Parts: sequence; structure tokens; C-alpha cells
Amino acid sequence: MGRYVARRLLQMIPVFVGATFIIFMMMYALPGDPIAALWGERAPDPAQMAQMKKELGLDLPIMQQYWNYLIGVFQGDFGIQIASRRPVMDVIGDALPATLRLTVLAFVFTAVVGIAMGLIAGLRAGKKTDSSILFVTLLLISVPSFVLGYLVQTYFGVKLGWITPSVQDSENWGELLLPAMVLAALSLAYVARLTRTSVAENRRSDYMRTARAKGLTQRRAVGVHLLRNSMIPVVTFLGVDLGNLMTGAIVTEGIFNVNGIGRAVFRALNTREGSTVVGIVTFMIIVYLVVSLLVDLLYAVLDPRIRYA
Amino acid sequence: MPEAPDTTATTKAGDVSKTPEGVLVAEAGPPPGKASSLWSDAWRDLRRKPKFVIPAIIILFLLFVAAFPSVFTSETPRLGDLTQHYLQKPELTHFFQPDWFGYDQQGRSIYARVVYGTRASVIIGISVTALVLVTGGIIGMLAGYFGGWIDAVLSRITDTFMGIPFMLGAMVVLVSFNARTEWVVILALAFLGWTTVARVMRGSVITIKQADYVQAARSLGAGTGRILLRHILPNAAAPVIVVAMVALGGYITAEATLSYLGIGLSDPAISWGGDINSARDQIRVAEHILIFPSIALSVTILSFLMLGDAVRDALDPKLR
Repeated sequence: MGRYVARRLLQMIPVFVGATFIIFMMMYALPGDPIAALWGERAPDPAQMAQMKKELGLDLPIMQQYWNYLIGVFQGDFGIQIASRRPVMDVIGDALPATLRLTVLAFVFTAVVGIAMGLIAGLRAGKKTDSSILFVTLLLISVPSFVLGYLVQTYFGVKLGWITPSVQDSENWGELLLPAMVLAALSLAYVARLTRTSVAENRRSDYMRTARAKGLTQRRAVGVHLLRNSMIPVVTFLGVDLGNLMTGAIVTEGIFNVNGIGRAVFRALNTREGSTVVGIVTFMIIVYLVVSLLVDLLYAVLDPRIRYA
Repeated sequence: MPEAPDTTATTKAGDVSKTPEGVLVAEAGPPPGKASSLWSDAWRDLRRKPKFVIPAIIILFLLFVAAFPSVFTSETPRLGDLTQHYLQKPELTHFFQPDWFGYDQQGRSIYARVVYGTRASVIIGISVTALVLVTGGIIGMLAGYFGGWIDAVLSRITDTFMGIPFMLGAMVVLVSFNARTEWVVILALAFLGWTTVARVMRGSVITIKQADYVQAARSLGAGTGRILLRHILPNAAAPVIVVAMVALGGYITAEATLSYLGIGLSDPAISWGGDINSARDQIRVAEHILIFPSIALSVTILSFLMLGDAVRDALDPKLR
């Protein structure tokens, strides 16, 4: 187990370096100069500009810049935001709590409702309940989150007045509930479909017949045997999806006015703030890599036949 | 496993014995290989299923609209007629007239814009899927077939691209272009989207390359290219095509979301996502500006999704 984790961590290094390199190069290939942009409409002062570039290390060759950035990341330094001269780590630290709350809420919603829907559909595969649940999931997938967001905001927020149309206080879980549901809709549909396929396949398996033959109640046979064995594809998806939820929050945070990572990265992209974008994307890549390692370790918990030496 | 194809073959033959091609396929027997019977079985299954036929008809219709938008409206989608106010309700009985769906803030016919917006979504969805199939397919096939260091390198590259968040990565690629045409968006989405296909293809090739018929072809002296194209590709294609078809709807959503955020197609292009974006400030007083492009978008995504689902059911050997 320890050796497996060590090997996986080593394998992550080239993936991490490669992914950050691609993003870094693309961001620095951007037209437009974030330093010159600080002067707005006025012509920038060349001496001052050169001085600032020197301070931020932007006058170095690009490979040198990337190397410095990479060394910094391993020391917990994600670069400096150009406009505010704040460490990007602080920018992430400010925005992360709101995004994290939104993502956690969406994640719980996705997992609980998605698995429940999939289980109900899978146990009644081929029946009316099954096809109506499948149709609902298709609808959820085909309505993009920005449309769903506006519909929810207009009808529940403005017309019915059940919620505040935009989130005023991102520490209030109640206000975040509906935005989180909008964010979760797509993943929820995928989870439901995956669970359904898996459950429908496993429910006719030998171990289910044995479980029932030895007198287990339906509830125990399904809850303990069927569900656990059907979870591997679902857990895989949920793991990858955590990162998707955080990026999907760009749209949801924009609609519901939540000051999170999504808005921070969107603002940075529109102002060509290379260092902030690269810092946030690096953070997302780390989240993805750590979660996918955790998912692989979870396989062994779900299915004891899988062992990591 | 060896029994499964026989039983399906007999039941299928029984099912379709009235159609001449069914009898032909049944009589041809096993020698032509499972590949051809898998595809023709799937086709015979599919064309009788409403789950396939309905979305297929909608998609053919969408393709027609995308190719010949002027058949459906005489109005140009970029004509802003400021005497037409966006607050007036759409005339739902004026079929195919410019005011059928009402007007937007600039007095442009929403119906005309919905019709002309079809092209972007359909072209981008299909082209990204085709590109992803080709690039991901080639990379996955080479990695799976050759193994060794080629596999190690290609798999690490695949992992690297998989580590980049899809939407965020596409946004980073796209902001660097000032004029974002369909092709720029297609290349950006394909650049980040090929990884799943590559992984599925690699897995599928690794299983297939050990099959007896591949060994047989090799011992008969077939070259690598022939083995890959004639023996491995037709047998490895099914799961890859299923993955790509299910992803097609996702690419349409991705394009619409990017255009909605203002980082997708840039302005002279007409995109449902972009129109939905410009509708958002009026949504409380003029819902129709948002509703009609949204319906068009959802119907398009839904039909591609249902088509993908139906094809998956038909090609999935577990369900046969």
C-alpha cells in the first residue's frame, strides 16, 4: 500500500509538470501585456515598466520563468497577482471558502440524489419508473447549467420569492442551496445513469441470488451487497467530477453572484492576468491529481479483491 | 462467452427471417467474423427502435437547417429593425414569420437567429467528435498495440492532458484568439477532449491484440499496418464510437457555455449560447429572448444524447 502510493506520487510528477507547462505556455503566448494594462489608456512609462517587469521576473526568458514558477509551486508559492501585487495563494485563499462550500453542497447533492435515483431505476430496470428516471436524467443533461441557472433564479428567486435571487452572504448555507442544485444537475444525471447501469447489471448476479437465498432481507441484500459492488464506476466518476464541479462553478458563481474561484479565474482571464490564471489552474490540477489517487485507494475499500502491493 | 454469439444469431435470424438481408446474414454464418454481424445486427436493431428513429429524424432535420437556413426564414439574422420592440410578446401563431419568436433588444428576429444558430452548434459538435475520434483513436491504438516505451510515453501524455480541467483549459486556449471562428473553437475543444477516446481505444486494443485471429493474421505474414487497420480497428471501434457519440452532446454544451461566457465564438458568428448571454439582462421582462434559443439548444443536445444512448444499447455485447 505504502509502496503503491509512493509510486503513484512519483508518476504524478511528470503529469503535473506537463499540465502546468501547457497552461503556462498558453497563458504567456497571450497577446496583450498585463503590465502595460496597469496604465490603462495612458502610455506606459518605459523605465517604470522595465522596473516592474524586473521585480516580477517577467523579463527573464520564458523557460527560466517557468522553472522559477515550478520551484515556487513546490515551496507553496503560486506567483504574484500583477495588478494587486498580492500572492496568488492569497487570492485563492480568499475565494476558496465560497467555492468549497458550493462544491461540497453540490457534491453531496450529486452523490445522494444521483445514487438514490440510479438505485431506484436500476432495481426496476425496464419498467415505467426506470424509463421516467432515465428521461429526467436526459433532460437534466440537455439543459445547460446557465439556462437552468437563469430559470431557477427568475422563477424561484424573482417570481416566487422563495430564495434571494443572488447570494448575499456566501457563508449562509441556505442561500447556497439552490445554486448548488443547479451546479449539481449535470453530474447528478450522470451519477444516476452510471448507478442505474451498474445496479441493473449486478442485480442478477450470483451473489445477489445467494444473499437472498440465505434469507437476507431485500434491504440488506441491496444496501450491503448490491450497492457496494455497484459503486466502483460511480466512485470513479465522482472523483473526476469534483474538479469539474469546481470549474463548472464559473457559470454558477457568475449567475448567483458568489465570489469564488470561478469568478476569480474568469476575471483574471478577461484581464489577461496570466499569473493568476496559471496559479488557479495549477491549484485545480493538484486537486484533480490528489482526488484521483484517493479514488484508486477507495477501490480497494469497495472491492477487497483489489489489492495494492 | 463462446455460446453467446450463437444464441443471439439464432434469435436474430428467427426475428428477421422475412427480410431478405436478414436471411443472407444468417446464412453467411460465422466465417465473415463477428465484426460485420455486430454492425449489421446493431443496424437491424436500431432502425426498428423509436429511441433511435426519433432522434435520428430530428438530427437529419437539424443538419438540413444547418445546411440551408434560408429555406426556413427569409429574414437575415443580423438585421436589426429598431421599430420592433423586444417587449412585445412573440406572435406564436405567425408560423415561420420573422416575428414568430419575437424580437431581441436590437430588433433582430429571434426566429431567424435560432435558425441560423443551428449551424454553429451542429458543425462544432460533429467536427469535434470526428477530430477526437481520429486523434484519440490513433494515439490509443499505437499505445495499446506497441506497448513498451511507446505506450509509456503516450499514456503519460494522455494523463497530462486529462489533468487539465476541460472547460478551464479550453478557456485559456480561446482567450488568446481575437477572432474566434468555428474552427478555432473546434480545435480548442478537440485539443483537450481526445483523452477519453485514447484511453478507451488503448484498453480495447490491448484485449483484442491477443485474440487468435490477430495471431493468425500475423503468422500468415500480414504487416503491422494491415493488422491494425483490417483486423484490430473494426473490432476495437465499437466502444470508442459509443464513447464519442455520448460525448457529442457534451461538446455542443461546451461550445454554448463558452459562447455564453463570451469566450466562445466571437461576435459576427451566431451562436445560441451567445444569444442566451445577451438575453440575460432582459430575462425578467422578456423571457422569450432566452427561452427560444434555450429550447433549440436543449432539443439539439437531447437528440444527440438519445442517439448515442440507442447506439450504445445496440452495440453493447452485454445487453445482447
